[in-house]
Amino acid sequence: MIEVQRLTKRYGPVTAVDDVSFRAERGEILGFLGPNGAGKTTTMRILTGYMPPTEGKAVVAGYDVQEQPIEAKRRTGYLPETPPLYPDMTVRDYLDFCARIKGVPGGERTTRVKNAMARTRIADVSHRHCGKLSKGYRQRVGLAQALLYNPDVLILDEPTAGLDPKQIIETRQLIKELGGDHTIILSTHILPEVSQTCNRIVIINKGRVVAVDTPDNLTARLRGTETMFLQVDASGANPEDALTGIAGVRHVRVAETRGAVTALEIESEAGRDVRRDLAATVVNRGWGLLELRPMRMSLEEIFLHLTTEDAAVVEPRSGEVPVA
Amino acid sequence: MRNILAIAHKELKAYFASPIAYIVIGFFVLLFGYFYWALLLFFNQQSMRMMGLQGGPTQNVNEQMIRPLFLNASVVLLFILPMITMRTYSEEKRSGTIELLLTAPLTDFQIIMGKFVGAMALYAAALAVTLLHVGVLFAFGKPEWVPIVTSYLGMLLMGGCFISIGLLISSFTRNQIVAGMVTFAVFLLLWVINWVGSFTGPTTQAVLDYLSITNHLDDFTRGIIDTKHLIYYISFIAFGLFLTARSVDTERWRG
Repeated sequence: MIEVQRLTKRYGPVTAVDDVSFRAERGEILGFLGPNGAGKTTTMRILTGYMPPTEGKAVVAGYDVQEQPIEAKRRTGYLPETPPLYPDMTVRDYLDFCARIKGVPGGERTTRVKNAMARTRIADVSHRHCGKLSKGYRQRVGLAQALLYNPDVLILDEPTAGLDPKQIIETRQLIKELGGDHTIILSTHILPEVSQTCNRIVIINKGRVVAVDTPDNLTARLRGTETMFLQVDASGANPEDALTGIAGVRHVRVAETRGAVTALEIESEAGRDVRRDLAATVVNRGWGLLELRPMRMSLEEIFLHLTTEDAAVVEPRSGEVPVA
Repeated sequence: MRNILAIAHKELKAYFASPIAYIVIGFFVLLFGYFYWALLLFFNQQSMRMMGLQGGPTQNVNEQMIRPLFLNASVVLLFILPMITMRTYSEEKRSGTIELLLTAPLTDFQIIMGKFVGAMALYAAALAVTLLHVGVLFAFGKPEWVPIVTSYLGMLLMGGCFISIGLLISSFTRNQIVAGMVTFAVFLLLWVINWVGSFTGPTTQAVLDYLSITNHLDDFTRGIIDTKHLIYYISFIAFGLFLTARSVDTERWRG
């Protein structure tokens, strides 16, 4: 339904989206998770045909967004980050205008508008001006606009931003309901949101896809392992085999060999600290222990950032390996 | 076509939902009315004087009154048309509604034409009110109707040129005031550009005369539809709209 192939978007020297690929099948709810400024909005804007990519292509509902924009747009409903409302229009007039420009035939317009308003629970404000609505209502009018003509694909940029807790629950419920017959991509920087509503998660950070998986798998992956970074001067010997034998070590990978110095990544079982055993093994063999530290994977880093909502951004260290 | 009309309808509604439409129409009609009154008084005085001079030349209401009236009104457009066009793109950019238009199954051409038709409709509504003034002249005299019809045609075409420039300038910025000011400055320049003509060489003068948008209205007010002017106005409008389309497209790439 949605296929994104090696999408790259540069603004001058800044690369906002870097070689992003993923796909979403019919009826799937795909969560687009990442901290602010990760490239979520840019990717969505490319998918909706708002801006062209620098490289790569996006196919929505079988149509290349660049080659056949009108056909692709006809099948896409889009809720941008700020709901695109005309403040001087009433909600009903606004939705009627949206239906017109989206090519809903005259006879169906009234029913479509009515249905969209009922689904998003905004019928009570249909005669109010969009400019006078509260943030929650604006968001829902924006959502109504996206649903209006029953598109195959729904692209929702932070659909629950600015809503109160009750509205958030209602909106998530609505998105889940819609998931059955629409393909939905929703972006958020709130972790619980995706784990509750989405079938699959794409984690994006600094313009790159870090992981694509189901919420359960991702959580398991994060809890399941711990990784150590080890640098030894093995003076010609092969440290890989020696270290694999240690109890609790699940996998050893050579990251880099520079002369006699070998850098290794050692995955261990969860909750088991193998640092002492690693150090002892290295020392017993008479090798030089140059560095040993726990390695945070960027996926975990993002999760941490997202779950704690910490303002301080954790800078990635060298030697890190993306999980994907 | 349906899409163009949908946008034009929305634009027109937005003008009337804000004070812009009322200010534009009110201001234009007020000034048109003032010029009408002033020229009428002058025309009456002249006619009386001519009647006193038995056998003097008869006064022509078309030449002496209606023509100067439209030439004066054309100057008023310099002031009111920027008010119509300054918001067209700037406001959509500022409020983010441009995202709605650019992600709807519409072509850039349809959006631009919709905005152009909407602005033209408001301008035509302002012009339509002045039919009352002109109608009164028919009640009390016998003006020729051909020059009047061509004058209105010329006014519409000239306004179209200004509106197409206004759309272009509005597409450059998200600030309405900036769009309005720049548009006004450009209009003024296009009006006065041939004033230095008589001090320069004949070639420069011809070029400057050709560039001046208001200059091409003159023949229309005389009742002449010269294809030269018709083509000038139509190609000017087309070029303005084309540049607007390029500007909107460039903006997409820049994000």
